[in-house]
Amino acid sequence: MITARQFCTFRLGNLFLGIEVLQVQEVIRTQAMTRVPLAARAVRGLINLRGQIVTAIDLRERLGLPPLDGDREPMNVVVRTDEGAVSLLVDEIGDVMETNDADYEDPPETIDPIVRGLIRGVYKLSDRLLLVLDTEKTLVLEPTAPGGR
Amino acid sequence: MSDMDDIVKEFLVESSEGLDTLDRNLVALEKAPGDKELMGGIFRAIHTIKGTSGFLGFGRLESVAHVGESLLSDLRDGKQALTPDITSALLRLVDAVRAILGDIETTATDGENDFLELVDLLTRLRKVEVAPAAPVTVTAAPTSAVVAGSAGPDLTEARGPHASDSNIRVDVSLLDRLMNLVGELVLTRNQILQHTAARGDAGFVATSQRLNLITSELQEGVMKTRMQPIGNIWAKFPRVVRDLALACDKKIRIEMEGEETELDKTIIEAIKDPLTHIVRNSVDHGMELPADRMARGKMAEGRLLLRAYHEGGQVNIEISDDGGGVNAERVKATALRKGLFTTEQLARMTDREVVNLIFAPGFSTAEQVSNISGRGVGMDVVKTNIEKIGGTVDVHSTPGKGTTLKIKIPLTLAIIPALNVSTARERFAIPQVSLLELVRLDGDEVGTQIEMVYGAPVYRLRGRLLPLVSLGHALGVEPDFWGPANTQRKIVNIVVLQADEQAFGLVVDEIHDTEEIVVKPLGKQLKGISVIAGATIMGNGRVSLILDVLGLAQKAAVVSDNRKRRAAEAGAGSRETDEGARETLLLFQVGLDHRMAIPLSMVARLEEFPRTVVERAGKHQVVQYRGRLLPLLPLAELLGETNIPVARDPIQVVVYHHEGRDLGIVVQNILDIVEENRTTHRRERGGAVSGTAVIQGKVTDLLDVRAVINDADVLLFAGTPALEPQLAGV
Repeated sequence: MITARQFCTFRLGNLFLGIEVLQVQEVIRTQAMTRVPLAARAVRGLINLRGQIVTAIDLRERLGLPPLDGDREPMNVVVRTDEGAVSLLVDEIGDVMETNDADYEDPPETIDPIVRGLIRGVYKLSDRLLLVLDTEKTLVLEPTAPGGR
Repeated sequence: MSDMDDIVKEFLVESSEGLDTLDRNLVALEKAPGDKELMGGIFRAIHTIKGTSGFLGFGRLESVAHVGESLLSDLRDGKQALTPDITSALLRLVDAVRAILGDIETTATDGENDFLELVDLLTRLRKVEVAPAAPVTVTAAPTSAVVAGSAGPDLTEARGPHASDSNIRVDVSLLDRLMNLVGELVLTRNQILQHTAARGDAGFVATSQRLNLITSELQEGVMKTRMQPIGNIWAKFPRVVRDLALACDKKIRIEMEGEETELDKTIIEAIKDPLTHIVRNSVDHGMELPADRMARGKMAEGRLLLRAYHEGGQVNIEISDDGGGVNAERVKATALRKGLFTTEQLARMTDREVVNLIFAPGFSTAEQVSNISGRGVGMDVVKTNIEKIGGTVDVHSTPGKGTTLKIKIPLTLAIIPALNVSTARERFAIPQVSLLELVRLDGDEVGTQIEMVYGAPVYRLRGRLLPLVSLGHALGVEPDFWGPANTQRKIVNIVVLQADEQAFGLVVDEIHDTEEIVVKPLGKQLKGISVIAGATIMGNGRVSLILDVLGLAQKAAVVSDNRKRRAAEAGAGSRETDEGARETLLLFQVGLDHRMAIPLSMVARLEEFPRTVVERAGKHQVVQYRGRLLPLLPLAELLGETNIPVARDPIQVVVYHHEGRDLGIVVQNILDIVEENRTTHRRERGGAVSGTAVIQGKVTDLLDVRAVINDADVLLFAGTPALEPQLAGV
């Protein structure tokens, strides 16, 4: 049986990634950010989402990519979790795409081990590959090192 | 069907409330066996449960309650006397009913357990004494039965409608939602107030002030709905204490004061287990056996006192026993044996510090682990749980006399007053509970008044060394602990904070205003950062982090320091026994030897001014202060002191704030800030002195600031606003 799934896609450097649409609460522009000293490196800060305090995770840092060029501002992909919303910072938002299970494959063994742990699988689209982000694993950060960065 | 569910639910709620009262009343009845009213109440409670369970078709519950009712009916009619055995059996009955109710709640049936053994026991207890007692009381019984029986329903009918008319049951989750909404409203109010200040449209200002008032009142009202008397959780302690005392062959009387003291429901829930543990501990370890007590010349019956009262926006709970006290030597020996501290460390500690070691993780003094309080949780867990809700716990013990545990907890967790500070261009909120005072060092003072002790910066605060911690460094945003950047600062702001008995100074870039903030939890990605307690949304819509004062102190290793404020502690010890409202006083010296005090609440700031900046305006001495003129009041001269020493340079000034204007009271020396008991003051002198008290072992006069101002020069105050425009350009 072929099942179609919808993904909210976004770009991060050369990577083309997707999160299942049902997990995404909303996509918003850059917000005023409050830094959190001593937090894990991937935590960029806290934003005020209509009275709710949401942690923003720097997805570039999480995937081991270099920081975004100075003047470009990231977008917030706010995902739902059991413990409230969390925002993922990405370079650029793409379209919502429909995929087929038939095009799905596990991630190849050869890709960067850091990235591989966070990628659930790959969809072979006609013109490129869509990497499916494992949001649960992405949101588990290593415990804060004593003394911070 | 759903109607039925509702009825069952209501039955469950009412019954479980009734059971808690039953526990308490049964224990009380044991103390006062002749109390007809208590007896009647107990009988009615069981009777109601029996009746309703029969109606709802819970046969097992009905039959268990029935035997209890029969026994109670005999007791009530005086056919047999209450013995400890019967009380125990009746308490077991309460437990059984509670267990069946639990079954009904989870499975909607009254379970499998018939409690045959208990039913048997209750029946047997009834038979044993019925035979001999019956002939004697049979004639008297009916009358008293009729009286009690008729009085019962009448009472409930008379009270019933009133109670149900003025009370409704509300789901706690609804209250939580309301509380959250009010929290949001408070934030929005703060934002509007900030905009208002910027605009200045008169109509808008008036409206937003009304909004301000209404929001505050609404917030207070909603907070009140969540308040519960602490008596609700104390209610089960008489039973706990009775059962425990019986089990360890001790005689203990429990007394309660301030049961009506109210606390937020979430806090009540949070302190329930720690309190139970402390009470069990007191009975098990604190109290001696009756024979030992007699040998020490005490009453055989021990006294356990629970006391709760409000003080300075916090709730204090004290649990004191008159038992053997904590044996400091044994505590030391245990700490050594368990490798928690070294001999040198222990030798440096005061007795009080040693006693407080019972809260150290991995510590348990019980020689034998008993099945009573040895339940796998130690006092360290009690302490952690209390600190989790922003409280503190402290133990005082006098060997042979007893032990007192003192818990201080905030009234509510959701909305707290906080001081805003900033460092490295980020804003932080500091809960005001931990705030002692603010110190501002200007110009030269920065270089001279901050001294180094072996690389650690300290500040002399009224003669005591205050360790300083740089917030920027503690947060890892400034590399140097006390680098050149700091010593070259023009102004240093020190926030004096209290963490775990130890005061320390937090150096921040700027100090802003205070604000009511709504505490919001952080996501799991940020758990484990000890210096941050949570986050909040400020008036400008930005997210701000709330600092965890205890975490900060621990990170900066301030708390583990042994430099305790011994003088203050010695003072505190002698004050513990006093009763009545306490007040924080500022102590200062006037003239050569005159000690005086004023309530700290009247003091805006403490300042030092070099003699050279004192100028004259009219016939008054003034200084230019924060862009305004501050009139100075030479207190020694005004009071007609005869021994006026050479004035110090810089002069010491208490800035007093009155109706929007500041006034500087010049004193010789600022001595200390103490918490003092108002009731000890005697009013005996007129004029500028409103009373006299003995503070820190010395006679101290209380200054009546208003009287001084009136005496000195009425025009001084009245004249200030007129002076301002003329002098603004000076």
